Amino acid sequence: MVATVSNEPEVFQGNAVPVPGLRRHVLDLDDFTAEEIAATLDNAAAMRAVLERDVKKVPALRGRVIMTLFYEASTRTRISFEEAGKILSADVINMTASASSIEKGESLLNTGLTLQAMGVDVIVVRHPHAGAPHFLARNLSNVAVINAGDGAHAHPTQGLLDLYTAREHLGGLSGRKVVIVGDVLHSRVARSAVWGFAKAGAQVILSGPPTLMPDPLTPGGWGAAGNNGVANPLANVSVESDLDAAIEGADLVMALRLQSERQQRGFFPSLREYIRRWQVNDARMARANHDALLMHPGPMNEGIEVSSGVAHGERSLIEEQVTNGVAIRMALLYQLAGAVAVEN
Amino acid sequence: MALPQQRPILITGGRVIDPANGRDGIFDVLIADGEIKAVDQSIPAGSLDGAVRVIHAGGLVVCPGFIDIHTHLREPGFEYKETIATGAAAAARGGFTTICAMPNTDPAIDNAAVVDYIANRAASVPARVRVFGCVTKQRAGRELADMEELISAGVVAFSDDGDPVYDAGLMRLALTYSRDLGVPISNHCEDHELCPGGVMAEGWVSSRLGLAGIPAVAEEAMVARDISLAELTGGRLHVAHLSSAGSVAMVRQAKERGIPVTAEVCPHHLLLTDAWALGGKGDPNVAAGPLAYDTYTKVYPPLRTETDVAACVAGLADGTIDCVATDHAPHERVSKECTYHEAAFGISVLETALGTLMSAVHNGDVSLPTMIERLTTGPARVLGNGLSQYTALTPGTPADLTLFDPDAAWTVDVNQFASMGRNTPLDGVELRGRVAATIAGGRLVFEEPAVLNKGETA
Repeated sequence: MVATVSNEPEVFQGNAVPVPGLRRHVLDLDDFTAEEIAATLDNAAAMRAVLERDVKKVPALRGRVIMTLFYEASTRTRISFEEAGKILSADVINMTASASSIEKGESLLNTGLTLQAMGVDVIVVRHPHAGAPHFLARNLSNVAVINAGDGAHAHPTQGLLDLYTAREHLGGLSGRKVVIVGDVLHSRVARSAVWGFAKAGAQVILSGPPTLMPDPLTPGGWGAAGNNGVANPLANVSVESDLDAAIEGADLVMALRLQSERQQRGFFPSLREYIRRWQVNDARMARANHDALLMHPGPMNEGIEVSSGVAHGERSLIEEQVTNGVAIRMALLYQLAGAVAVEN
Repeated sequence: MALPQQRPILITGGRVIDPANGRDGIFDVLIADGEIKAVDQSIPAGSLDGAVRVIHAGGLVVCPGFIDIHTHLREPGFEYKETIATGAAAAARGGFTTICAMPNTDPAIDNAAVVDYIANRAASVPARVRVFGCVTKQRAGRELADMEELISAGVVAFSDDGDPVYDAGLMRLALTYSRDLGVPISNHCEDHELCPGGVMAEGWVSSRLGLAGIPAVAEEAMVARDISLAELTGGRLHVAHLSSAGSVAMVRQAKERGIPVTAEVCPHHLLLTDAWALGGKGDPNVAAGPLAYDTYTKVYPPLRTETDVAACVAGLADGTIDCVATDHAPHERVSKECTYHEAAFGISVLETALGTLMSAVHNGDVSLPTMIERLTTGPARVLGNGLSQYTALTPGTPADLTLFDPDAAWTVDVNQFASMGRNTPLDGVELRGRVAATIAGGRLVFEEPAVLNKGETA
């Protein structure tokens, strides 16, 4: 059973902060409040302290079973969930689509029902189809679902680790200028980052080939104040395909992975032209704020979306993002499967 | 449809709306021997022998039975989704007395033998079943089907529905060849190159959900092509399930120029928007929680914007769109119990059509007589009036009638469906306007006592 309201004693041996309300699932950041995001990042800071201990182990999730269910290849996301669960003393089982009954044609629903019947508390799912985690969450009454990436939709734990990393270096994010550059259209990382940074009060600019810019995510269009009397939560998000203009005065630049198949399908003429117009390099970083930071969700095509110099330069947070990913996933697992509800 | 006859039926005190005869008022209707016998201000029951069934229809609308020219009955080939018998039962529950089977069956309806098979299977079901034949052999889009043979076997129109006639040259040949056959070519307009992998309307909702979009232009590009081909050839074009504001505008303009084009619209495109995919029953401001990616909203053409809905409603009201057609597309459970990407396209519509359509009437956008016209003489006109004897409450014609309460509020419950397809986003939604009884060929094929009783007590 997921502890939506638990009477068990607080077992986390760190300094966790109360989270307003207790959510059942983490599907995307669009249903997180700014307060919940802030509390989650605070918890990640406490988890980060655990990671820096000599003995990286706390009993917070002892007796909980976490299943990673990955229908797509992954290195850092799957391993960091496994590491996060194990440091919190949960039992972590890894399941990949290629070595299971999925190969025999079992449906996602029946796989989920099977895992639920085995007493799994949390399913961490990655799937090539947008909405697969929602489908599991809708149909499994006794399991918490964490979205570890669904199609081109969302990657909320990546979004939170990006926010955490940015907050560590920039302090508050309110009013900061964040540029997300690349294939935003197909990027679940970008969609979750848009929600997270916008809710944290940052000004977000999306840049990249016009053919790879998405439609707005809310009614009324990019930058609209609202629609039919409802305020637009993404009012501070805009699109500027000219990266040289977009990057002017930026505090943070996030480069996205460019999948080579996009060029083959004609979204842009050639890698050469992409590099000319949208590679994050020293010349472009020089147009940003002098202490501007670089992030990349990985895996990186070094020399395409980011130049080698910038990728390994002193402003790059790429490796730190990976470490913070473990802390964020510890915080979320703890909040879903171990934390005690806060009385409001 | 050849069912045993029942005793005569006298319907008293209902609001008779009979667009073909320009009638709208309180009348009694007498039915016997499968025919309309009389429509009069007052037909005293005492003047008949005691075997007559009297239906007091005060507060109900009495009109010609609805005709659906776009019904997927799935038989032969997909009997696990629907059969001719269950589809016809669903039609009766929805007030439809004639339905037209689409030819994307297995085998496809591209020869007389399949038409005969369907006619045999439909011999004793509670609705008249007419058949659309394929435009191309095996619905493969390469060479024309034997059209004249199909017409001789009884098909009422041609379509490769489910797929477009993609090759423009072939569409030109189809329109030209069918010109003297007296029936239209109905085309499912969808330019695949403009919507690779698309599963819902392209717009902010698809972007929000990270789903590949289908832009309105994927429909409009082919509507434009087909209108030009109809003008060139003089062949009769029927635009199936038109759904975008741009398509409505093009059809309106084509009609003004005298091009032989007709169009249909589905009930769902007159009410639902793409925001329904968010799982909040159309609320655009909900977060995409566990209820999002409602696969029951996946349909081709996709649910579009409020602007498109308004344009379709206006087009239906002003006659740009000739008729309503359900595109009833029943599916088995597993083809919707999956991710949005994997889910089959289609909604089970027959049993919710009237309640859905009545929203436009209650909103004041379409008058009630106009809506009935678009469900009766409208579809018959599209097919060249081969069905016109079923669209008027004229003494001596077959007695196909629908009785409904335009105001009755009811909640859709898919477990009550006669259709095997329980796939609708409207499950649990309250609609206003409900079928009370359906009479096909003089026989009471469906009655809903709770609704009929309103007339009994009025």
